[in-house]
Amino acid sequence: MRVERLQAYFHDNHVLRDVTIDVPPLSVLAVIGPSGCGKSTFLRCLNRMHELVPGARAEGSVTLDGEDLYARGVDPVRLRRRVGMVFQRPNPFPTMSVHDNVAAGLRLNGWRGDLGQIVERCLRRAALWDEVKDRLRQSALSLSGGQQQRLCIARALAVEPEVLLMDEPASALDPIATAKIEELMHELKERYTIVIVTHNMQQAARVSDHTAFFYMGELVEAGPTERMFTNPREQRTEDYVTGKFG
Amino acid sequence: MPGHTDKTYEAELQGLRDKLLAMGGKVEAAIASSVRSITERDVELAGKVRASDAEVNRMEVEIDNACRRLLALRQPAASDLRFITTALKIVTDLERMGDLAVNIADRAQDLAQAPQLGPQLGPLHDLSTLADLSEAQLRKALDAFVERDVVKAEEVMSGDDHLDALYLKLFNDLLALMIEESRVIRRATALLFAAKHLERIGDHATNVAEMVVYMVRGTDVRHPRSRAEKG
Repeated sequence: MRVERLQAYFHDNHVLRDVTIDVPPLSVLAVIGPSGCGKSTFLRCLNRMHELVPGARAEGSVTLDGEDLYARGVDPVRLRRRVGMVFQRPNPFPTMSVHDNVAAGLRLNGWRGDLGQIVERCLRRAALWDEVKDRLRQSALSLSGGQQQRLCIARALAVEPEVLLMDEPASALDPIATAKIEELMHELKERYTIVIVTHNMQQAARVSDHTAFFYMGELVEAGPTERMFTNPREQRTEDYVTGKFG
Repeated sequence: MPGHTDKTYEAELQGLRDKLLAMGGKVEAAIASSVRSITERDVELAGKVRASDAEVNRMEVEIDNACRRLLALRQPAASDLRFITTALKIVTDLERMGDLAVNIADRAQDLAQAPQLGPQLGPLHDLSTLADLSEAQLRKALDAFVERDVVKAEEVMSGDDHLDALYLKLFNDLLALMIEESRVIRRATALLFAAKHLERIGDHATNVAEMVVYMVRGTDVRHPRSRAEKG
């Protein structure tokens, strides 16, 4: 995935300025930065969710396998199947069972095959199968917060995306549920490209291969995570990761 | 450079820096005293060196604990991480230098029992010079550490050659002395050991300097030869 000269606005507010970055395939990119730096907006530009907010628009290009996601004629709904998203708070469909939550996306797309097999595969990939295999017909809300979040990951995987966007996926979870999500990310990156936004710098350091630091709408620095946390090149990155801001 | 938002953290880092400097100062003094105890045949001074080493050891443990605590509780990153890992390494070098000063002081106690090495005062003079050099190397390495001064650190690294050259001269002179006069072998060997310890102290100062370069630049300058072979 390649992002080139991306600009994003909320009305007259220029919230992302000229961002150019490569998202390496089959790896985890962590996006860090203080509140309001544009990191969530950046994430939401990658599957064109940013433009869903009234008054929001974006310019520039985001290419996936050489195809510009912002080109005329691209269907944002189809695009979002290729670039899935997981949010901060687990948001399973509350009236649906565990099974139906995972199957929902496929049903919506008119899938008429063996759902059971796909549901099992997705739940396995989301490291949730063993915990829920005997309660597939129960309400998704009967699961714990951490399980619900992995259910949302399974739901996102069901439509076979190439890229998975995660916006603070563990910030509402306890340390053990967080560790499970982080462990899961290591497995998922073998099949998917992952971009995660996180406030937790240790989490970024733990889960990612590359890290991008945003500040006031600008991409200040991006590079291998180890370098970003041991020897960043930019003073602003240094100040942020050592806790010298504000 | 702006300070850390968390002032307690800032103070903890400063506290670690101060402790290392205090320890470095003690080791410097011990090196000077140990050699003086040989040249001036001062057994009492040699005893003081041994006593002060207990304090150096205590400081080592204290600094180790402070580093561990910072790593566990603060999860330091970037230059802070490099500073703390550097502190963890140079504290070992400082402690070893302190031990070597004690070894030199032990030789002083042996030598004081024997008659003065009469007319051959040349080696004693060179030993003093070697002590001055190694002490200066340590002082400069510590200055480089405090001032985050890479140029100074590199001067320490290149300055080690002078120390090695003087040690080699002293080695040859003492050897010549022993060939000439077998009765001095015991005393000359004691001086040879002291000289070797000073040369080692210089090596430890070089280690400190190399870590300072890493701390400031984030690049590892140790063992360039073995890395070239590997790469």
